[in-house]
Formats: sequence, C-alpha cells, structure tokens
Amino acid sequence: MNLAAVPLIKRRSVLPGFGLTLGYTVLYLSLIVLIPLSALFFNAATASWDHIGRTLSDPRVLSAFRLSLGASLAAAAVNAVFGLAVAWMLVRYRWLGRWLYGAGIASTNSWLGVALALTFIGLPFVVRTLQPALEDLDPEVEEAAASLGAGRLSTFLYVVFPAIRPALLTGFALAFARALGEYGSVIFIAGNMPMKTEIVPLVIVMKLEQYDYTGATAIAAAMLVLSFLLLLAINGLQWWTARHRMTR
Amino acid sequence: MPAPTSGIAVSGSASGADRLRPAADDPLWVKLLVCFSALSFLVLFLAVPLASVFFEALRKGLGAYVDSFRHPDAWAAIRLSLLVAGIAVPLNLVFGLAASWAIAKFEFRGKSILISLIDLPFAVSPVIAGLIYVLVFGMQGWLGPWLTALNIEIIFAVPGVVLATIFVTFPFVARELIPLMQEQGIEEEEAALLLGASGWQTFWRITLPNVKWGLLYGVILCNARALGEFGAVSVVSGHLRGRTNTMPLHVEILYNEYNAVAAFAVASLLALLALVTLVLKALVEIRVRRVTAESSRLPPQTEA
Repeated sequence: MNLAAVPLIKRRSVLPGFGLTLGYTVLYLSLIVLIPLSALFFNAATASWDHIGRTLSDPRVLSAFRLSLGASLAAAAVNAVFGLAVAWMLVRYRWLGRWLYGAGIASTNSWLGVALALTFIGLPFVVRTLQPALEDLDPEVEEAAASLGAGRLSTFLYVVFPAIRPALLTGFALAFARALGEYGSVIFIAGNMPMKTEIVPLVIVMKLEQYDYTGATAIAAAMLVLSFLLLLAINGLQWWTARHRMTR
Repeated sequence: MPAPTSGIAVSGSASGADRLRPAADDPLWVKLLVCFSALSFLVLFLAVPLASVFFEALRKGLGAYVDSFRHPDAWAAIRLSLLVAGIAVPLNLVFGLAASWAIAKFEFRGKSILISLIDLPFAVSPVIAGLIYVLVFGMQGWLGPWLTALNIEIIFAVPGVVLATIFVTFPFVARELIPLMQEQGIEEEEAALLLGASGWQTFWRITLPNVKWGLLYGVILCNARALGEFGAVSVVSGHLRGRTNTMPLHVEILYNEYNAVAAFAVASLLALLALVTLVLKALVEIRVRRVTAESSRLPPQTEA
C-alpha cells in the first residue's frame, strides 16, 4: 500500500496500461452516461418549480406513478416466487433442467395486462441471479440439517432460504427496476387509457411529443430518484442481513 | 408434462453426484409442485407468446409472410437494425475490455463506485435514456443550436438511434468480463511481462485468449439487446419510415396500421434472432463450463 506516493492507485503493479484503460473507461462513461444523465438533473434544477410542481401533482401523472409502482412491485413479487421455482427446478432437478436449459427466458386492457407484461420481462433477472446461488449451495449443509432432525420444510426455511436470500433480493430489485422503466412491451398490451392503464414512461413520451420538455424532465427525474432510492434501500437491506448473519 | 414415473426413475437412477444424496432430496410431491408451477409459468409467459407470434405471422399463409419482407421499408428497418448493432456492439466491446482491464488488474480508489456507475444504464428506464439525449442534442438541448448551425442531425436521425442503443447496451460486455478477469488474477500476465513480452503482446496472447468465451457471451447479450431495443430508440428516432425505423419500431408502425401479418412477420424475425441468440448462448455456456472444468483440473499437473 503505497498511498503517499501515488494518490489514485493503491498497489503498484508491473502490468502496463492502467492510465490508458482507466482514462478511456472514465471518458467513455462520462460521454455516454454521466454527462447526458446530468443534463436531466441540470434541466430539472433550472426549470421553474411551479411547472415541475404542476406536472408532478397532475392527477394523471400521479395515477401513472401509482400504476407503475404497484404493477412493478406485483410483477417483481410474482417473479421472486415463480423465479425461485424455475431456478430450483433447473438446478436441483437436473433430469428436467438439462433438456429445458435452452429456455432463456397475452393480453387484456387492464392493470393485470400491465403486470403480466412486466412479469414477462422481469423473470430472467430473478432466475439468472438465483441460479448461481443455488448451484453454490452445498448439499452437505442440508444433509447436516437433516441429520440433526430438521424436516425438509424447516431445512428450507432456516438453512437454504437464508443462504439464497441475498440473491433473491438482488433478483427482485433488478426485476423491479427493469419493470419500472419498461415501455415497449407494456404499451402494446395496456390499452394506454389515461388514469387507468398509463405507465410513467408512457407519460414521459407523451410529454415529449407535446414538446413539454420541462414536464418530461420533471417526471423522469422523479422516477430516477425513486428507483435509485429503492435500489439503495434494497442494497441497505442486503448489507444489513449480511451483517446480521455474520454476527450470529 | 412432469410425468411422475420419469421423476422417480431418473431421480432414483443416480445420474448426477447430487442424486446420491437422499437427505438433500425433496419429497416427490414437492418436486411435482415445483415443476408444475415452474413449467406452467414458463409456458404461460414464454412459450405461448412466442408461439402466437409465429401463428399470427403465418395466419394468411406463407406467401403473405414472405411478401411482408419484400417491402422496402421492412428492408430498410432490417438494414438499420443491423447497422446500429454493428456500431454499438464493437464500441461497447472495446469499452468492456478497457474497463475490465483497469478494474480487474489494478487496485485503485473509487473502484466500487466506478463499477456501480458502469451498471447505471440498467437502472435507468430506456425512455429516460432517450430523453437525456434529446436534452443534450435536441433542438432545444445543450448542443442543439450549435448542431443546427453546423447542419448536423443527431436526434430524429441515425446517430441518435446509435447513441441510445449504445446507452442501453453499455454494461453488458463489461459486466461479463470484470468478474471473469478478477477471478483469473494477474499472475499469467506478470509471467509474460517477466519473460519479455510487451504490454500489447501480453494482452493479445494471454489475457484475450483467457477471456474469449466470456467476451463472446457478453457480445451475444449486447447484440440481442441492441437489435431488440424499443423504448430508448423510439424516443430519439422520430419514426421516419425507411430512414430511422429499426425493426422493433417498424413492428409498432405496422401494428398500429392494423397490418397484423406484416407486423408479426417482422416480429417473428426478431423472435428467430432471439432463438438463434439462445442457441449461441447455450453453446458458449457449455464451452465455458468445459473450459473452467479443464482449468480446475489442470493446475496440479502443470505444476508437477
């Protein structure tokens, strides 16, 4: 640890290219992601608060937020349950999993339609994060539980579930974040009726089509803050459960 | 589908090592319940929608299906999608390599922040991804007046579509490569440098061959998303038929015009691309597993 001599790099290495690759990474990241994204918050900050307040308190916008949050939450919850079943089947019941492995991962004008579309796009996130966690699970631990007299259910609840909980939470968070932002699949299904089946991304697009850039920016910024807060909360929960398990 | 007899037969027949562990095995009714719910969920959410795309596309026969691809707008959409993926994927590939080299091979401050920032595009709604480029390059955006003066079109033109696609596919390659390179460490590169190889030689002959399957996997995922992206592209493209319409946007236009057969025909092409992607993914995954299995067997032999 040569902290005093070189401020950025923590440990000297003989490998070349640190400056080049890190510089390129930061430059590309800034150009493609950070600067354009900062434009959003900059525009929101410089817009008139009155306009932002009026946009966000519009009942139509509020109902879109309610629908997006509710349907995304429902979809992520459904995915957490069935995604666990799918991952469990793929990992534990190899005989079936093996020939189903290729599976990577309908429609009414209603709340249900929105939730269905959001479930469809969120499923892979839960399955893909749970699968490695389940594969890493050592069957010996379960055998130990069984030999100590635990039934299958209590083994699952007290041994297996705590071990896969972080992965399940991550999958849930990813599915939720993706569902919240999803646009394409929902607008085909939902019927897009104002106050009823309008999701937040659709409202943003409509504001853009009316050249109401300030309104679109305000809604987008609110949505981004919301999803960052949710991801932060889930990361915090993750950290808390990890620490809780360590101390026990 | 999960026939009880096959369940008993195979679970009893000790095909894998874990099948010999009765204590870690589930009772039959649990197996059936899990498989039934998982399979019906998969059928409902994957198989039925996928099948209906092909069913609707072929509803008026093969002739009508083929005809929908003869239309010049359909061709333009297919060409544009391929062009956009052809630009976005290599750019993100180079970025992924640079980022994973810097992050996996060196220890520096702010590394975890950098990793989170690379993942950022996954947490941003595609519609917002399109919006931020409108705010930067659009008529009323930061660079708008300047671009208009120079007569450069970005929003409602192909460059905007490319930019939006780069944004939504940004993390794919880097995400695959970073954990892989971190796992592989730097010993082999150090050895190569010690033996007199230059930095580039080390990269081309040591690092790249070591990560090539992970790299390919990331490229496949990146490409699939680039071809299928709808939300972000729809905001910046302006929906100009034959000019800025990608395949997913063309599907929407046809669908809104009640041209169901043509819409589902183009959609079926996207679905076919997805299926090809899945097959490629599975092949790469099998390959990766074999390579990691071999490398985990090898070390004792090479050291001896």
